[in-house]
Amino acid sequence: MASFRDQGVVLRTTRLGEADRIITLITPEHGKVRAVAKGVRKTKSKLAGSLDLVTHVSLACWKGRELDVITQADVIDVFRAIREDLDKMPVAFTMIETVDHVALERHPMPELFKMLVGALSTLASEGGAVLLGAFLWKLLALEGVSPVVDRCTSCGEPAELVAFDESLGGFLCRSCRSGQAVTPEAVTLVRQILGGRLRQALAEPPSRATAEVERLATLATEYHLDRRLRSAHTSSSLP
Amino acid sequence: MSVFAGPIQELVDELGRLPGIGPKSAQRIAFHILEVPKEEAVRLATAISGVKDRIRLCERCFNVGEAALCAVCSDSRRDSSIVCVVEDPRDIVAVERTREFHGTYHVLGGALNPIEGVGPDQLRVRDLLGRLEPEGVAEVIICTNPNLEGEATAMYLARLLGPLGTKVTRIASGLPVGGDLEYADELTLGRALVGRRQMAT
Ligand SMILES: [Zn+2]
Ligand SMILES: [Zn+2]
Repeated sequence: MASFRDQGVVLRTTRLGEADRIITLITPEHGKVRAVAKGVRKTKSKLAGSLDLVTHVSLACWKGRELDVITQADVIDVFRAIREDLDKMPVAFTMIETVDHVALERHPMPELFKMLVGALSTLASEGGAVLLGAFLWKLLALEGVSPVVDRCTSCGEPAELVAFDESLGGFLCRSCRSGQAVTPEAVTLVRQILGGRLRQALAEPPSRATAEVERLATLATEYHLDRRLRSAHTSSSLP
Repeated sequence: MSVFAGPIQELVDELGRLPGIGPKSAQRIAFHILEVPKEEAVRLATAISGVKDRIRLCERCFNVGEAALCAVCSDSRRDSSIVCVVEDPRDIVAVERTREFHGTYHVLGGALNPIEGVGPDQLRVRDLLGRLEPEGVAEVIICTNPNLEGEATAMYLARLLGPLGTKVTRIASGLPVGGDLEYADELTLGRALVGRRQMAT
């Protein structure tokens, strides 16, 4: 059997049999990897500590036909600050759920991997009110469906943009408007995020506009994936 | 298209629905049942229907039992001012093995996992809140699994219960992350219980 080494971030874990788990990871070189971690639910398992959700690991696997088998996993980062903060956790959940939906199996995805590790590190350190929204917009750009933000999606005029329609793929002027009404502040933030001024956008304190940017990004992502992001809707019930 | 005669295929299909049993194992078990003496097979069938007929969830803590109240809740020697919150009835077995705990339990029925659509409303959180005052609960020990979902659940409950004046504690971090509580040996889990710490709320 062939073996391989790679890095990964744990996206999903499912119980299997007596004490095993199926671990889904995003890796740079092998894309989405689904692998069995044998005996991982036993307290004395050497693998246990390193294969929890939202953990960045370096791993070694045997290649299998359907599922690979994890032979070694060493923690690179557990993003402790996320685990200790009830407000950061839902953001991390939505990030990994989205990556799980867009990642392809056995297909190198270095940019997606790097983006997720970068976003989780930022979440663990300084955070930022618009971080999840920015992550989703950037992910859509990586998927090749970046929204039109510099002019009206419909008529192409560089007019004031007052609406967002995910089914049209961007923002709209007053005469073409459909979908959701948007504030000028939200449009500015999305422009910053997609126009190379991410730092500036992340420095923005929580406001109606940052919440709006996240809501629009969720809408656009769900439209692109053609499915609901469960975590984006479940997390809101946290107090 | 099924390969086997109707009744065998039905059994294979039913067994294949059980957790951790693939089509091959289902086939192996089905043929095993076919070969054993009839009494043995009937014993298994009776045990299965017995568990569905006689076992019910405790009205108070949602542990499994045979009466309206489970064995723990109906035991007057248990201290009802201290409640140990677990994800699953199997975790109660693990905690009982330590012989370090003499309070009562509350089974949440899982842990927060937004990706699987499990939020507070999908867990028995409201039922826990409803027990605090009538039972005079002074301390809630959160004994969820030592993984991300378990920690999220613990923090959520601390934030919810703290302001109500209940002391909220978490089992000590001696348990390795990622392992299941039900596999913890009694010594380690016992130490984690004794060394529990008050949570920030
Ligand atoms: Zn227009
Ligand atoms: Zn009970």
